[in-house]
Amino acid sequence: MNRFFKTAVPLVLATVASGVAGKAAKAEDITLCWAAWDPANALVELSKDFTAETGVGMKFEFVPWPNFADRMLNELNSGGKLCDLMIGDSQWIGGGAENGHYVKLNEFFDKENISMDDFAPATVYAYSTWPKGEPNYYALPAMGDANGWFYRKDWFARPDLQAAFKEKYGRDLAPPKTQLELKDIAEFFQGREIDGQKRYGVAIFTERGSEGITMGATGALYAWGFKYENTPGKYDMEGAVNSPEAVEALEFYKELYKCCTPPGYTDSYMQESLDAFKSGQVAMAMNWFAFFPGLYKDEQVGGDKIGFFVNPGQKVEASTLGGQGISVIAYSDKKDLALQYIKWFAQPEVQKKWWSLGGYSCHVAVLNDPGFKDSQPFAADFLLAMDGVQDFWQEPAYAELLLSMQKRLHDYVVADQGTAKEALDKLIEDWTEVFQDEGKL
Amino acid sequence: MSSTTAHSVVEPGRYLRFFAGAVVVVYALVTMIPLVWIFITGFKTPQDSISYPPKVIFEPSLEGYVNLFTTRTRQTPDYMATLPPPETWYDELVRSRQMVIAGPSKFGERFMNSIIIGFGSTFLSVFLGTLAAYAFSRFRIPLADDLLFFILSTRMMPPIAVAIPIFLMYRTVGLSDTHLGMIILYTTVNVSLAVWLLKGFVDEIPREYEEAALIDGYTRFQAFVKVVLPQMATGIAATAIFCLIFAWNEYAFALLLTSGTAQTAPPFIPTIIGEGGLDWPAIGAGVTLFLLPVLVFTILLRKHLLRGITFGAVRK
Amino acid sequence: MGKVSAKPVLFANSIPAQAPMDPEMTNSSASEAVAIGAAKRTPEVIARRVRGLSDRAIAWLFIAPTIVLLLAINVFPLIWTVYLSFTNYKANRAARGVEWVGLDNYRRVLTDSDIWHNMLVTGHFLLWTMTFQVLIGFGLAWLINKNFKGHGVWTTVILLPMMLSPAVVGNFWTFLYQPQIGLFNYIVGFFTGVDPSSFEMIGSVNLAPWAIVIVDTWMWTPYVMLICLAGLRSIPDYIYEAAEVDGAGPLRTFWSITLPMVLPFLMLAVLFRAIENFKMFDLVVELTSGGPGSVTELASINLKREAFEKWRTGLSSAFAIILFVTVFGAANIYVKALNRVKQR
Repeated sequence: MNRFFKTAVPLVLATVASGVAGKAAKAEDITLCWAAWDPANALVELSKDFTAETGVGMKFEFVPWPNFADRMLNELNSGGKLCDLMIGDSQWIGGGAENGHYVKLNEFFDKENISMDDFAPATVYAYSTWPKGEPNYYALPAMGDANGWFYRKDWFARPDLQAAFKEKYGRDLAPPKTQLELKDIAEFFQGREIDGQKRYGVAIFTERGSEGITMGATGALYAWGFKYENTPGKYDMEGAVNSPEAVEALEFYKELYKCCTPPGYTDSYMQESLDAFKSGQVAMAMNWFAFFPGLYKDEQVGGDKIGFFVNPGQKVEASTLGGQGISVIAYSDKKDLALQYIKWFAQPEVQKKWWSLGGYSCHVAVLNDPGFKDSQPFAADFLLAMDGVQDFWQEPAYAELLLSMQKRLHDYVVADQGTAKEALDKLIEDWTEVFQDEGKL
Repeated sequence: MSSTTAHSVVEPGRYLRFFAGAVVVVYALVTMIPLVWIFITGFKTPQDSISYPPKVIFEPSLEGYVNLFTTRTRQTPDYMATLPPPETWYDELVRSRQMVIAGPSKFGERFMNSIIIGFGSTFLSVFLGTLAAYAFSRFRIPLADDLLFFILSTRMMPPIAVAIPIFLMYRTVGLSDTHLGMIILYTTVNVSLAVWLLKGFVDEIPREYEEAALIDGYTRFQAFVKVVLPQMATGIAATAIFCLIFAWNEYAFALLLTSGTAQTAPPFIPTIIGEGGLDWPAIGAGVTLFLLPVLVFTILLRKHLLRGITFGAVRK
Repeated sequence: MGKVSAKPVLFANSIPAQAPMDPEMTNSSASEAVAIGAAKRTPEVIARRVRGLSDRAIAWLFIAPTIVLLLAINVFPLIWTVYLSFTNYKANRAARGVEWVGLDNYRRVLTDSDIWHNMLVTGHFLLWTMTFQVLIGFGLAWLINKNFKGHGVWTTVILLPMMLSPAVVGNFWTFLYQPQIGLFNYIVGFFTGVDPSSFEMIGSVNLAPWAIVIVDTWMWTPYVMLICLAGLRSIPDYIYEAAEVDGAGPLRTFWSITLPMVLPFLMLAVLFRAIENFKMFDLVVELTSGGPGSVTELASINLKREAFEKWRTGLSSAFAIILFVTVFGAANIYVKALNRVKQR
């Protein structure tokens, strides 16, 4: 051990020295922070053009979704300089603006002739503005997204299954038009043997740690006409958040979870949903449109075997909003280079390439193109979904609001505690407390 | 526990001894199963790693290790056809999965961070701890017991509780997500262990040596450096390994106070994802590489383990 | 605490750099040391003026850096936490003014039913991990102490889990706990005939609290074992021989000699483990992240959520102080009990 000690010290010095030397390498690099998922790989590909044009190197910090919000909000709140650019989640915009994490982009847009009219209004509203709808921009819409569904087209097309389904439910086996139809289909597939393997109905979001179960359950809640407030901007939640429709929707989501998900599906989000679908476990799955290009390309379940559909309505047509805008971080030392990237990214040609690589452009030059709907099998559904998107609170206190909802939903849906009404009542209590702390109530 | 007489009455009987041995060996084997399993999972293909029933016999593959150190993108067969033939075995392995290597993963960086922060903080805490331990052992310090207890009590705080003000402090002075910040923090946590352990080791060195040196005309400082330090070498090495293991394994502070630049391996390993879910072979590979040094150290340390884990309270 | 440790730093600057010390005297218990000038009054035995720095100067020079570090990174932050716990400060809303709210945060924490639930979960975890680890750990130590052939090697093997990173352990146990494909479920299924996909250790409300107990027990039983083994080996042979001569049976010997003499060691092991498990975060957060629902949400996990996800810095500071006082108080009471056992 003596020898160990003697070798250890020089080793430390050597490694420290090399670490320091590594840091100072390139000044002309900027770092973009985002989640680790398919579109991020597409963005790496796209950004090579930027480096080629400007000579500015791009570094990336991609964090898996379950840790993304936690890590990145921590980074912002600690005033870190890791990221020069951030593609932050839509709900962060309030906090990003009010706490001074994001650079306000209005002047820059004016100077560079970047017009927000060139981007789909729903995405500008959701990803860029704070306060909501005001012409104060803190991000450029980068990635449009909503929660949608996909199913095993090949199974749905089987005559034997079609016949069995028709006999049981009296209608054709086809992508569901309502949430209740979706549950019927899921029940139909649950536990069924197909090609000698046991299959399950549906993969939905039940994750506890970040935002999973909220993003999943709101798909049902919005379809039943769920509203956060009776009067927008008044924070009067009693009777809205816990309305009979909301209770019904939440009960529905729990039933769907109980009846028709694969075993061990208690803490599942995007990756688990993809996993279940790609391994042939489930007939249907929910997930963000962002993954659809990758799914369509999949060797095992892609191509002819996969079909897509927009979140079915129940009382109303609605989808849960995903997607992000790209922002410049106020703590960065290279804000000018970061702005240069945004300027480059906003160009219609770049936006077109972005869509072709698998990123969901929000630019009207892409979306209003007559060929857009047919450019991909899910493109039309995407436009449909984006028409009816609803988002979670985008308040600066969004994280607190989200954590409460995660807890109340998971306690009720997965951990079997209390009733749906009680869960939503408690949620109102939690949220009331938050808004009181905020001085908004 | 050598008995004074060969036919001691307290020597356990043959059968009892055999029974004891059998139970302990079975326990040891069972306790190793999880570690062995994660080790072999590192050599499986992703398909084999999630097969049912779990596969014990399989064709070993280095895919987990390749995936651990690279990021890869899936490509269409058309695109793959345009590529020049693979240059290395790992290129070939990745291509066989319809993917190409896009670049190195963050694992190497995170591992390096673990090494820099681990060794840096170990060096500092042992340095400070040696000095303080010598002083506590040899000199009369007012309120020494209180001070020593105070030094120890700092370890009773839940790490999250400590992290709240540290987060604010580091944010103010710009130490968030820096190697230096983490080294200072781990040093602070470890120095209490170092002082307690090293004081025990110094206590065991007879003072006569120093006194002889003092009489020979050494100053106190010279006596410390030339007489005491060499005698402490083993104790210092053992303490250093304990500090290193703590810094190496630490998770909560690293999770809360680092994000990209200075993040160590423990918060990173669980986030290794492949295509569709967690990439278990890559995690197996990462866990194996990460745990291996600690396993080696544990074996080296086994004689001092007891002292280390009880802050020197039990010395055998 | 601040007061106690603030003094030595002052001394370090103000003590004259001379006055050699009596080596014999320094050997005496440090608690006897009271006055600042004590060293000055000690008679000079070594009748030779020490060149260079005096002992006293060296003593403070050696201790000061450690104390300064602890003051800066430990005591100062602690005082800051106490201050914050009386405010409504939110670390993510630096622009918002900080208001003094008095004991309001403490009232909110102590009346929050969710936090009491966390304490209950922590209590369950503590109780059962301690019970299993003491029983299995002591049993193993007792068996190893029979000195069968090769016990050294097997002891080292058993010790390995406790040296690993708890977060990484928690992470790979999620793999073992996977329904169907997980090895744990498979082995349980193999021996009991239960379908391995029919139960979920991490996902089920009934099993999750035990899932965390099992992993903690797997990891930390060696710790208790090692300390118990030291206890067993500290019992001199002659006591057993005397018991044998008195005609005491093995059971009697165990109850009246082995157990009482190991008890202080066992209690020490429980003290260290209980403090660690009360603070438990990394292992469980990686294993279950507190779920399903909040079934395995230990106090530290919720504290992390309050402090670093909801960013209620003031409230979570109060929560942190309450946890610290609890563990500190309980540990002090326990140490008193331990000392009483030792003296018997």
